Amino acid sequence: ALRRRHHSASCRELAVRAPRLQLRALSALTSAVWLAAYGLFVLCENSMVLSAAIFITLIGLIVYLHFVKVDQESLLIIGSLGIQVTSSYASGKESTTFIEMSQVKDVVINEAIHMQKIIYYLCILIRDPQDPQGVSEVVPLFQSSKPRLDCLIEVYKSCQEILQQRETSPQSS
Amino acid sequence: MVLKVFFPTCCSSAESGILIGRWISEQSSAVVLAVVHFPFIPVQVKQYLSQVQQVTKIKVSVLGSWSNSKREKEESLSKFLEDLGTIFAHEPWIQISKERDSKFWSCSTLQKESNSSKEEEIILVYYDQRKVMLSQLHPPANTSTDCKADDASKLTAVFDTVANSKILFMTDKYDDGPVKLTHWQSDGVEASIIVELLKQASVPVCLLLTFLLSLTSVVCKSRMLKFWPLSFLWSKLSTCEQLGHRLQHLQIISSSKKAQNQTQLMRKANIFVSLLIDVALGILLMSWLYRKSRIGHLADTLIPVADHIAEELQDLLQWLMGAPAGLKMNRALDQVLGRFFLYHIHLWISYIHLMSPFIEMILWYVGLSACLGLTVALCILSDIIALLTFHIYCFYVYGARLYCLKVYGLSSLWRLFRGKKWNVLRQRVDSCSYDLDQLFIGTLLFTILLFLLPTTALYYLVFTLLRLLVVVVQGLIHLLVDLIDSLPLYSIILRFCRSYRLAAGVKFRVLEQKQGKPLRLLMQINPLSYGSLVQRYRLPTCSCYPKDSWTSLCRKLFFGELIYPWKHKGEKQD
Repeated sequence: ALRRRHHSASCRELAVRAPRLQLRALSALTSAVWLAAYGLFVLCENSMVLSAAIFITLIGLIVYLHFVKVDQESLLIIGSLGIQVTSSYASGKESTTFIEMSQVKDVVINEAIHMQKIIYYLCILIRDPQDPQGVSEVVPLFQSSKPRLDCLIEVYKSCQEILQQRETSPQSS
Repeated sequence: MVLKVFFPTCCSSAESGILIGRWISEQSSAVVLAVVHFPFIPVQVKQYLSQVQQVTKIKVSVLGSWSNSKREKEESLSKFLEDLGTIFAHEPWIQISKERDSKFWSCSTLQKESNSSKEEEIILVYYDQRKVMLSQLHPPANTSTDCKADDASKLTAVFDTVANSKILFMTDKYDDGPVKLTHWQSDGVEASIIVELLKQASVPVCLLLTFLLSLTSVVCKSRMLKFWPLSFLWSKLSTCEQLGHRLQHLQIISSSKKAQNQTQLMRKANIFVSLLIDVALGILLMSWLYRKSRIGHLADTLIPVADHIAEELQDLLQWLMGAPAGLKMNRALDQVLGRFFLYHIHLWISYIHLMSPFIEMILWYVGLSACLGLTVALCILSDIIALLTFHIYCFYVYGARLYCLKVYGLSSLWRLFRGKKWNVLRQRVDSCSYDLDQLFIGTLLFTILLFLLPTTALYYLVFTLLRLLVVVVQGLIHLLVDLIDSLPLYSIILRFCRSYRLAAGVKFRVLEQKQGKPLRLLMQINPLSYGSLVQRYRLPTCSCYPKDSWTSLCRKLFFGELIYPWKHKGEKQD
């Protein structure tokens, strides 16, 4: 699910939603853990096992929501300033990276062979300061939400429109 | 190119005036530093700006005009502001106007030599002046070193501009100067009395500390302490190393040179906080130990523990002298080795019992040194463990040497058995013709050594395992000491409390937009993550880390070479 916002002629925001946390999977996992804990309790008659199981489930859920589960990934591209990549987690935490326009060489769609499939991913090529034609780093985007090719093509076209502007704009005096 | 205006949020409610700041032409961006209010005399403003330029080495100039009108737009005011553009010649002349507390400002530029007649797009970026001034950018390592000045990133330029303009922010609105400014400090410069007092007090304290430290270093380097037994002892005890390390830290803190750049300042602060926490924890430990005479209890249990260890070792040796794990040992060699080690344990126990009346007193005084820091106390603990298990170390050395001799003897006689010889000159195995009596004696010795191998190997195995156990315990203690030594606590606390001071970069937030008005962005500071913070500001330690990889360790164990698994920095390679 791609959401586009055009803030101005040179500023666009593209956001992709990751698949939501499944309630079924969560309840299945919790029930399995608690059944196992109850089985252990019946075996060893120690009630600490039950409290430990509850504690572990709670802590595990909090850690998962705060550090692992990504809710939405967005790309904010501001022509002549830079590209900002944000991932927002299920607990509300947001982690942002901003890459300046002078460091961005290009935004491309790459192919990769993973197991038995070919997957497509969008990435930003970072310019190498020493070698003007070289690429020093590749920053992959949308790693958790993994949109499909049609979505990626739309994002790619949007980005390229903004990136074209910096080539055609007249230099300031 | 798109024009970017970096506008401080503190000036949003300022009265009308002119904008001063820095114009970065290659990036087409204007960094607004302050607003100068009416009335002013242009000549005085220019004089003031040239003074500021001299001090800060930044090209501060008049960038444009700012009008904040509570009523409807006044035509006369806007004409007046345009005329100002002719007095302060600046290309392009930026005009920002805000009407009646509306969020959406109108921003336009006046180009004198407009060779392109189309409207430039303007982006308005709001920034928090105080935070940007105080923060320090940490670019990733690969981009920092070789960049030329004109390649420097925009953000570094903006941050540098604001950080170096501190003199501009010193004038506040209560001054009677020719220019009236609005910036983040225009309501009055804030200072803390405690900080000022500390700064004044730190100078004599530093001098005193330097004097004491020079005395201590003179004492330490005196010839008396360099005699052979003592210098060997000092090098083996980890307490002395830790104390030396801490003395070095104290020297760094108490040196009277001011820190040149931010990294050195952070380093000094980290060392100071680390020392403080260390001493505080040490004093806490000391007070816990000395309350309810726990030291007495500790001393009372020390001798029984040493006795217990010795008894366990004796039981172990009796077990080895019998038929351990059902293996059949060579009875004679077994008895010899067993009795030899038992006698050693007997000697050790006698020495411990000889010392027992003095243990409590020694422990009491040694415990006092815990006030020097928790790390020192842990090092003393590690040294006590080493001393208490000295007999295990001796047994390991005996067993290893015996086993090593046996293995080398076996390998050399095996070569003789096959008719080969080790050529020392060529470092390779050559064939050799032996006499009959050489072959006979060699084969005999080979057989003897081969059949005595299991016994020696078993003793070696047992004592090596014990020694490795002690080494692991000592290693864990040293790991803890290293952690306390190298953790940059001040940086972590700063990141927690004032996260804007340590910036990994910036982040932009798009504010509400209105059609026809310039794009509004809010620039916030993106703080450094804890992981990269600790990696960047880690204090160097005399760390001990494993010298050998697993394969070489196994190889050494197999051949019976003595292992010293932890290597300390500064130790000579053997």
